[in-house]
Amino acid sequence: MDQPSAQVPAHSGASRHRARGLARAVAAAAAVLAVVAAACSGDRSEDSGDLSGTTVTLLTHDSFYLSPETFEAFTLQTGIEVDHLASGDAGALVAQACLTAGEPLGDVLFGIDNTFLQRGLDCDMFEPYQSPNLAAVPDHFEFDGEHRVTPVDFGDVCLNYWVDAFDGSPPPPSSLDDLIDPAYAGMLVVQSPETSSPGLAFLLATIARYGDGWEDYWAGLRDNGVAVTAGWEDAYYGEFTAGGGDRPIVVSYASSPPAEVIYADPPVDEPPTGVVTASCYRQIEFAGVLAGAGNPGGAQALIDFMLTETFQNDVPLNMFVFPVLESATLPPEFVAHAQIADDPFMLDPAEVEAQRNAWTDRWVEIVLR
Amino acid sequence: MPVATRLARGVAGVLPVAAVGGFMALFFVWPIGGVIARGLSGTGPAAVLGDVLGSAAQRSVIWFTVWQAAVSTVLTVAVALPAAGAMARLNFRGQRLLRALATVPFVLPTVVVAAAFEGLFDRFGLAGGGAVSLRHTVWAILMAHVFFNYAVVLRTVGAHWSALDARVEDQARVLGASRLEVFRRVVLPRLTPSIAAASAIVFLFSFTSFGVVLVLGGPTRATIETEIYRYAVVRLDLATAAALAVVQLVAVIALVVVSNALERRRAVAEPVSSPAAAPRRRGPGLVANLALMAVILGLPVAVLVERSLSAGRSGGYTLRNYTAMAERINLLPDTALAALGNSLMFAVPAAALALAVGGAATLAIVRAGRGGSRPIGRAFDIGLTLPLGTSAVTVGLGFLLVLNRGPIDIRTSVLVVPIAHAVVGIPFVVRTLVPMLRTVNPRIREAAAVLGASPRRVRREVDLRVAARGTAVGAGFAFAVSLGEFGATSFIPRRPETLTAPLALFRLLGTPGETLRGQAMALAVALMALTAVAVFVMDLWGDARRGVF
Repeated sequence: MDQPSAQVPAHSGASRHRARGLARAVAAAAAVLAVVAAACSGDRSEDSGDLSGTTVTLLTHDSFYLSPETFEAFTLQTGIEVDHLASGDAGALVAQACLTAGEPLGDVLFGIDNTFLQRGLDCDMFEPYQSPNLAAVPDHFEFDGEHRVTPVDFGDVCLNYWVDAFDGSPPPPSSLDDLIDPAYAGMLVVQSPETSSPGLAFLLATIARYGDGWEDYWAGLRDNGVAVTAGWEDAYYGEFTAGGGDRPIVVSYASSPPAEVIYADPPVDEPPTGVVTASCYRQIEFAGVLAGAGNPGGAQALIDFMLTETFQNDVPLNMFVFPVLESATLPPEFVAHAQIADDPFMLDPAEVEAQRNAWTDRWVEIVLR
Repeated sequence: MPVATRLARGVAGVLPVAAVGGFMALFFVWPIGGVIARGLSGTGPAAVLGDVLGSAAQRSVIWFTVWQAAVSTVLTVAVALPAAGAMARLNFRGQRLLRALATVPFVLPTVVVAAAFEGLFDRFGLAGGGAVSLRHTVWAILMAHVFFNYAVVLRTVGAHWSALDARVEDQARVLGASRLEVFRRVVLPRLTPSIAAASAIVFLFSFTSFGVVLVLGGPTRATIETEIYRYAVVRLDLATAAALAVVQLVAVIALVVVSNALERRRAVAEPVSSPAAAPRRRGPGLVANLALMAVILGLPVAVLVERSLSAGRSGGYTLRNYTAMAERINLLPDTALAALGNSLMFAVPAAALALAVGGAATLAIVRAGRGGSRPIGRAFDIGLTLPLGTSAVTVGLGFLLVLNRGPIDIRTSVLVVPIAHAVVGIPFVVRTLVPMLRTVNPRIREAAAVLGASPRRVRREVDLRVAARGTAVGAGFAFAVSLGEFGATSFIPRRPETLTAPLALFRLLGTPGETLRGQAMALAVALMALTAVAVFVMDLWGDARRGVF
């Protein structure tokens, strides 16, 4: 079967395959020019000259998407084409990469976050690479001293509340403690950490906040009438006020209010939802060169590119996460309506990996049984 | 007969069998075997299986999986069987359209169906708060399974029913039998093969149901399928996942063996009915049937249509959600309309492949009873139904594990998606066609042969015409299954520009915002409309080709 080129004129695989021959010829010509230029000026463009005309395969989860112009800019700069393959959620992506470690489907993996990081490292699926562009990223985003993964973006999982539901008493919740206050009884809906990524992040937030007391805290939430759903969609659109439900507090993202403005119908100036910044758990997404990559040089070039402003500026509106690069520009909707927690909760990835099953098993006993 | 001709005949006979066997070995048996072998390799199969079967929690998951699937099957058959009879024996305006519309639930992603059901619960005060709450109950699961699978019974049994001779029933009536007696003693025994076939499909679909269980059943309910996902993907505990996959496979094989035996033993060869013998306009229960259909299928669909037309939080109705499908938004690699086009481009080859493989297998299965190879026929009969009862995660991981060993690495080929869809579509083709072809009286074939028709001509003039409606039904399901497939598609690494409509839907519903939600509902309705039209056209073809003897 051929690619559906009729529906996808500009960006289709079919047209790209056809264009590849031409691109290769142009790239070859460019390579010749580059060698000539290098010979003349004596600069260090030998590396990119070698890689020009190659293809680097990028593996991501299903939620990764950028404007076509962004990868075109990469190809223009380096001569390297990007072949992007997406599948499943972050968990499925890591499971697949783990199973095929050493015989990877591609060269670069993007989308492993700090809750899954240790698992990826344990699988030996990455090859260390320290990008020179990492210098422009704040140190607290770096989790692996060996540089097997490079931080690319972050997002906070936070409690969101429906603003209009809190115009009198009680006021909007301002901390995790508030949720076990009887004044907020029957208001909260969360996702199961067994089946949902934000659900797990919220459980980790409570463990980071209360330590061993997290079990009592969840018993308190249960007594206060917490509702549990399997996934985010069911919580946000099924139980939360936004979808017509009757619970005004939900576990969602710090970037949900900007999305509520950008995709509002009818258009609004202010989001209908707010974020409890004292409840946020930070998720950082990393990229890494896959061990056994067919094009390691291209993979390194792509990692470098992920830490440029071109890439980082494009991240918020396509994926509703925040860039790690300090010099990146946030879109106006994010500046106006997104709140970044000053001191988000976080746990050591190794501890998360070691304890996760025990924690979620215990959580099921406390909350669902 | 010259040796060369005989050799050519032999090759022509073996070739389809080898092709079917090779296809299934490569794209089903090998990947599944690979995952299970890999998962069980560490600690030893006996230990892992012992752990799974020894755990009370796992045993209760297995038990719940089996009984909810069994109850779903019984309910679906009970509700849809009268309608199948009405479709087969009566002739009323809009019949074909209704038959096509009944398939649309098949393509709806669970998240959307769950939204529709919860919308209904809300409207009828069943969402909690009231005296009766259906939210997160097993009833919600069962209702959704009936909604999804109604068409399987309606169409599979209906096609078979319409191929049975109605004159026998009329004779029984004339001889004084009541309607109920006629049904119980004349119709039901002859229908057993297709009821068994349809029940097997419904059972397997409910058995491996994923989204319905998680979303409508709530976080406390788990089936073998959701547990395989949890262990393989969330916990990366491949050993337990593989052990559960073995349990799933064993249960599915047992079920298929039983249902196939029932199908085979009860198959009665008989003269094929003339459609002209059953042209009653109205019949008892038609109105009741249609009303039931309207409630079971119509209400949830109506909720979705209403939501697709609603104008966000400002209230009122609009077509804006539909026009927005042609505009590109940041979250999607392409417009929703293009995603719909992609789905169509995957569904056509997937259905064609399912029809080719399933058709060739059907001939081998039916022939196994009369001169063909019996072991191969049985193996196909059982083996080709198994994909329906196998978890998408197992197949998806298996593809990644083994499909790089050949001369070329096809793991990332664009062909993988339609192939994966075809593997799920094949059982529909086989299970619809086999019972129908078994009703063909061998004497018709013998007569044709005596009159000088070549085996190929017999196949074309007799078998193909008898099976025409069944072919349309099987192809329609294979097409619809591909259009709506989410689990395996999402698990296969794809290029973003091949985004399918169900994937786009999930993307749209995965970010807050009223316009995204509205567009998702519009896309769901468009997906349903596309299915209804395609199935309608296939039915037209099937009815036109249908044999009259």
